[in-house]
Amino acid sequence: MNPLPTVVLLSCLLFAIGLGGVLTRRNAIVVLIGIEFMLNAANLNFIAFWRYGPEPEALRGVMFALFSIAVAAAEAAVGLAIVLAIYRHWRTADLDDVDELRGDRL
Amino acid sequence: MTLMLFLLAVPTLAAALAAMCLRNLVHAALCAAICFTGVAALFVYLGAEFMGFAQVIIYVGAIAILLLFAVLLTRGFETLSPLRARQVPWPVGVMAALITLAVMTISVVSSPSLLRPRTAMVLRTRQVGDRLMTDYVLPMEAIGLLMTAVLIGAAVLALRDSNGAKRRRVP
Repeated sequence: MNPLPTVVLLSCLLFAIGLGGVLTRRNAIVVLIGIEFMLNAANLNFIAFWRYGPEPEALRGVMFALFSIAVAAAEAAVGLAIVLAIYRHWRTADLDDVDELRGDRL
Repeated sequence: MTLMLFLLAVPTLAAALAAMCLRNLVHAALCAAICFTGVAALFVYLGAEFMGFAQVIIYVGAIAILLLFAVLLTRGFETLSPLRARQVPWPVGVMAALITLAVMTISVVSSPSLLRPRTAMVLRTRQVGDRLMTDYVLPMEAIGLLMTAVLIGAAVLALRDSNGAKRRRVP
């Protein structure tokens, strides 16, 4: 049996879970975790299509997933640094409370 | 073969769901680490051992620990501010995620090209290194530059400014 549709469906589920978390949760760190889940789902698709797609010896999917992981690591580092800066400024990491660009809350 | 895939998929998805639902953020970050480990196991299952090890090192080793640090440095629980209502009610978000899932599932199931059996190969780490040093050397240099910029930028962002700028402490 060809497991490619199963793996793609699995990554769809993982993406949907991450998207639901991003849309429903209020804490910035949980939103970042949801974004990481969505990126992981995309990487899973890259690997699955590399494995069962045409020309696997060209390693395109693997290379794309490798660079995607590197960019995800960079995104997580900068994102968490921003969350820390926001927390230091507003004393909260709640995204509904951080809704203005002007520093002082009314 | 398929049983193995399900044995790997169920804990991964359960951990992801738990990470998105748990109120305690430390537990959520630990569940995220479990989910990242499950995805690494799926990479190994798909024949890409190097990607599995990279996933363990980067996601489980670095990002999950970074998330835990961020949770512990901020307040480790979700405060429900009674002053404001939520800007987006949670059923709307769940509905949007379910609609996205339905659209993606329909497109996957109805796609004929996914069902065609194809050749499978196992990734050799040596091939990855050869590729990175020949065809993909420019993207790799770009990633190195990005990493350097991120290293400096994250440090600058998270740095406590020491020039005594007065900030209102909002309780």
